Amino acid sequence: MNNLLDSFSNFAFRNKNFIFLSFLIIPLLWLGVVYLGSLLIFLGHSFFHLDGFTGQIVYEFSFKTLLELFSSPANIDILIRTVVLAACVTIGSAIIGFPIAYYMAKFTSPKVKIFLFIAIMLPLWSSYLVRVYSWKLILAKEGIINWFFEKLHLEWLLDSILSTPVIGGPSLSISYIGMFLVFTYIWLPFMILPIQASLERVPNSLINASHDLGANKRQTFYKVILPLALPGVIAGSIFTFSLTLGDYIIPYIIGTSKFFIGQAVYTHQGTAGNIPLAAAFSLVPILVMIVYIYCAKRMGAFDAL
Amino acid sequence: MPFKRGSINKLNQAGLGLRFGAIAGLLFLHIPLLLIILYAFTTEDKSYQFPPPGYTLKWFEVVLNRQDIWNAVALSMRIAIISTFVAIILGTLAAGALFKKSFFGKNSITILIILPIALPGIITGISLRSTFGVMGIPFSTWTIIIGHATFCMVVVYNNVVARLRRTSPNLIQASMDLGANNLQTFFYVILPNMGTAILAGGMLAFALSFDEVIVTTFTAGQQTTLPIWMFSELIRPRQRPITNVVAVFIMFITFIPIVFASYMASKTSDSEGSTK
Repeated sequence: MNNLLDSFSNFAFRNKNFIFLSFLIIPLLWLGVVYLGSLLIFLGHSFFHLDGFTGQIVYEFSFKTLLELFSSPANIDILIRTVVLAACVTIGSAIIGFPIAYYMAKFTSPKVKIFLFIAIMLPLWSSYLVRVYSWKLILAKEGIINWFFEKLHLEWLLDSILSTPVIGGPSLSISYIGMFLVFTYIWLPFMILPIQASLERVPNSLINASHDLGANKRQTFYKVILPLALPGVIAGSIFTFSLTLGDYIIPYIIGTSKFFIGQAVYTHQGTAGNIPLAAAFSLVPILVMIVYIYCAKRMGAFDAL
Repeated sequence: MPFKRGSINKLNQAGLGLRFGAIAGLLFLHIPLLLIILYAFTTEDKSYQFPPPGYTLKWFEVVLNRQDIWNAVALSMRIAIISTFVAIILGTLAAGALFKKSFFGKNSITILIILPIALPGIITGISLRSTFGVMGIPFSTWTIIIGHATFCMVVVYNNVVARLRRTSPNLIQASMDLGANNLQTFFYVILPNMGTAILAGGMLAFALSFDEVIVTTFTAGQQTTLPIWMFSELIRPRQRPITNVVAVFIMFITFIPIVFASYMASKTSDSEGSTK
């Protein structure tokens, strides 16, 4: 028995490629065949189209569906709405996330840092649905935000915010403000962690040098720290941006009746049975992200991951 | 003076504005979670009234007696355990193969591993669903597991690959020099070294699988996992107090592995979690 193991081990040692292949073959088969196969078949549907008369998919190569996607004003609206929201969410989470990341990277003892790290990981990994649900409680008409404004006798302020065209709505839980808040909340940890990582790599000697050369705190921050943290912000924005682009649950639960890309995909493949158009819609976030990641890579965002 | 990484010297304490910003951000992250716990005890069952008019434990009892919820919990548990198991095997194998060797197509394979989690879940979900449809595979627990294992793999992969990169090759050489064969080196040196990384990855995979709803929606057919039950309540709230209690339950089930995994990760300073 021992002999057999020994000779197997020697065989494996002499044939490094054998080990390597046997390691890789199973995960590769799984991902390559099961996952990538289905993905390509689905996305490939965007080159087929739905017969308007029979409602059946016509399996002929054409650009009909893609043309339909980019020529109908309603579809264009959906695309623009989603991209604008994703951009707002990205900016919002960068603004809220930066102070936490900065504090964590530069002003804490190692023990506090571990604590803060867990404090950020906890919401990141804990249930997505539960966290969305918590905002349903918060934004409800009888919920904590309304209660808070009432206590401060500021109902008029909330009402005037809600009556603002476009971003307002009948209540916080059915408005773009609400959606923005929920999205920002859900993806915030994805922004904090890369910023923290990039700030951690800024050597303190650089900051000290800036002070020694006569810059005050504000100047040091804007001229030294912020530019060096930028790759981290961009790395974080990849997550916040792409995750917002593809989400359909939050618009479904918090949003107005106006569609976002995720919902459009969901509806077209479901009740409408228009898989070609659903596939065409799915292509948009993928293409946007490919361009985005390419630009981010050129700006050095991947060194911050 | 040799500078220390981590904190700027004592003269540069965090300014008031920064502290305020950091604390406000942390509150923003955690108050919603605390509210969920508060609402589980409310006596109000028709609305989301704040502050709750009274407090009671009766909803916990109601949930304890709800067989449909326990069935959903059992199904989610089973799926999460099997998916984690599959993900650990696939993710560890992939990490072992990819961490060092560079070869033609390596980048594409790395992207392929990350893809299921980088693409919106809805795309993965619909793709798998239509493939199951075309192949005539009926929906079952296993169709859900196939979906879950696909995106859980990357979490294990990330953790293990980060650990492998930091493991000194000297360890392996020393083991060989001392007369161990390849398999012995693997089982006595490499595997124990990887142990905590695999465990941490596995725990995150479990948490990820246990509360996944999007891919599950498309691969479940008529089955109700706990997140699917929760999602239907979110769209049409019919049993608010029960949903509150279930939310707390889901939160705590996922908290334990997350805290454990991030503690291990932060101790060894792998911030692998940053790419969910």
